[in-house]
Amino acid sequence: METSGPESTHSHNLPGASTSGSGSASLRNAAAGHPHADSDRNRVAGTATLADAKLEIRGLSFFYGKYKALHDIDLDIHDRQVTAFIGPSGCGKSTLLRTLNRIYELYPGQHATGKIMLGGRNLLERADDVNLLRAKVGMVFQKPTPFPMSVQDNISFGVRLYERLSRTDMEERVQWALEKAALWTEVKDKLRQEGTALSGGQQQRLCIARAVAVKPEVLLLDEPASALDPISTQKIEQLITELKADYTIAIVTHNMQQAARVSDYTAFMYLGRLIEFGETKRVFTKPTERQTEEYITGRFG
Amino acid sequence: MSVSLHKDSRQLNLLYTKRQLVNRIGLTLSVLATLFGLFWLGWLLWTLFGSGLRWISPRLFVEATPPPGANGGLANAILGSVILTAAGVGMGAPAGILAGTYLAEFGRHSRLGAIVRFVNDILLSAPSIIVGVFVYALVVVRAGHFSGWAGALALALIVLPVVVRTTENMMRLVPDGLREAAAALGAPRWKVTMVVVYRSALPGIMTGVLLAMARVSGETAPLLFTALNNQFWSTDMSRPFPNLPAVIFQFAMSPYDDWQHLAWAGALLITVTILVINIVARFLLRRTRSN
Repeated sequence: METSGPESTHSHNLPGASTSGSGSASLRNAAAGHPHADSDRNRVAGTATLADAKLEIRGLSFFYGKYKALHDIDLDIHDRQVTAFIGPSGCGKSTLLRTLNRIYELYPGQHATGKIMLGGRNLLERADDVNLLRAKVGMVFQKPTPFPMSVQDNISFGVRLYERLSRTDMEERVQWALEKAALWTEVKDKLRQEGTALSGGQQQRLCIARAVAVKPEVLLLDEPASALDPISTQKIEQLITELKADYTIAIVTHNMQQAARVSDYTAFMYLGRLIEFGETKRVFTKPTERQTEEYITGRFG
Repeated sequence: MSVSLHKDSRQLNLLYTKRQLVNRIGLTLSVLATLFGLFWLGWLLWTLFGSGLRWISPRLFVEATPPPGANGGLANAILGSVILTAAGVGMGAPAGILAGTYLAEFGRHSRLGAIVRFVNDILLSAPSIIVGVFVYALVVVRAGHFSGWAGALALALIVLPVVVRTTENMMRLVPDGLREAAAALGAPRWKVTMVVVYRSALPGIMTGVLLAMARVSGETAPLLFTALNNQFWSTDMSRPFPNLPAVIFQFAMSPYDDWQHLAWAGALLITVTILVINIVARFLLRRTRSN
């Protein structure tokens, strides 16, 4: 059952399987039992394709030391769409997210195998500069992590790493990012105050503003609202919906209603495997896998 | 027979009374132990103030150490101690901060890191007189004479392990989430360390430096082998150098009343200085923790 799971559902569930060539091609490929086949891209080239996959994950496995936490994940994350990752604790959804910007490399003993294609390059290849990658693939974490500096400096920190801006341009950028994160009106008079002095919900939106300010292509959100009250959560969900016009978003969440509300695609993971992936509406109303159904109806997990 | 839904109240009371008794005994012993420690500290301060306070005068801070029977102060020794301490901290603290940074940020899991940490712990507990003899053999014997530089080096070797340890501890208190957040913006490791981690850990690191300073400002043993002493005004670090601990040592052991009075005054001065540095350090640390 497990072997037939992800791949077969995947292929007939892909949004307009006829248009999204890269996904279905690789899945046919995977269903044939060659998830790692190097001919992926050649096959794609032969298909009529709307090339809307921003990140193509192929045969991704992840290890904490010797423990294998992810097993052969194949998945496309679509451009300027929200992809939600759901599943019980320990299923590997955060781990998967943490491979997409190689943030796991901060810790020894963790490594990933397989491919994650971004803009035609495998970002897992060590030769690629990891800092440049992270400037392109931003991340917001579960707990708000304001830096111990002013609100303004929190945002300009990341911008300064890769851009030389004049004072006024920087001020504009700070305002732009804070507006994007729906925080501007609340902090416009507190720009020089410590970021740590803001409320929890504001701190988290500051972190989102900080990530947005460097203009990444992809935004990874690791349970961004799990530590927040309902009103802040609502604000952040609104924000995600607005941000997807410009950014590709991947969000890990424990809250299934949240996944249903904000995402276009949903991936259900269990025990380090991708069980089901498809359009959110379809996954939540007509899941093809028994485990998915049991999880979203609250019978386990 | 079935398991009762309620606890047996008599047994409950008995257990509770017993636990309360154990609690009281434990608490009493802890308080007694604390009082025992505080008693000696209190006595020491009492004696110091009682015998030293009356010899504190403006003259102490303007006149050099006198020969027996003459009037004088401790000014040269005070200035010498300030210079020696500053030079020792100036050499030891930067090296210690860098090594601590290595241990916390770069060599946290490495074999070299583990070795450095272990060796540092040994240095931390090395008797200061050993450090003095080491510098004596290394510098004084080769140069052929005692010198302020040798004294400063000995103090630096005492400062070093203290600062290494506190720097590492304080930087490790900075949550990894903060490092991840900075790295996730594309910041290279050195930038994460310089801008984010140092900023969070700075008050803690400064506390470590201050505590190390407090520690060495009263060190006597390593100075006897290195800076020795100088009863005249001197700011020449390449020659024997005046310092307060050595003056106290010399004057307190002397048979002359006026020298002994100066020793009391000097001891009080050093103790109060160390006390103040400690209080400032604790204050700094508490402000960090509450942030």
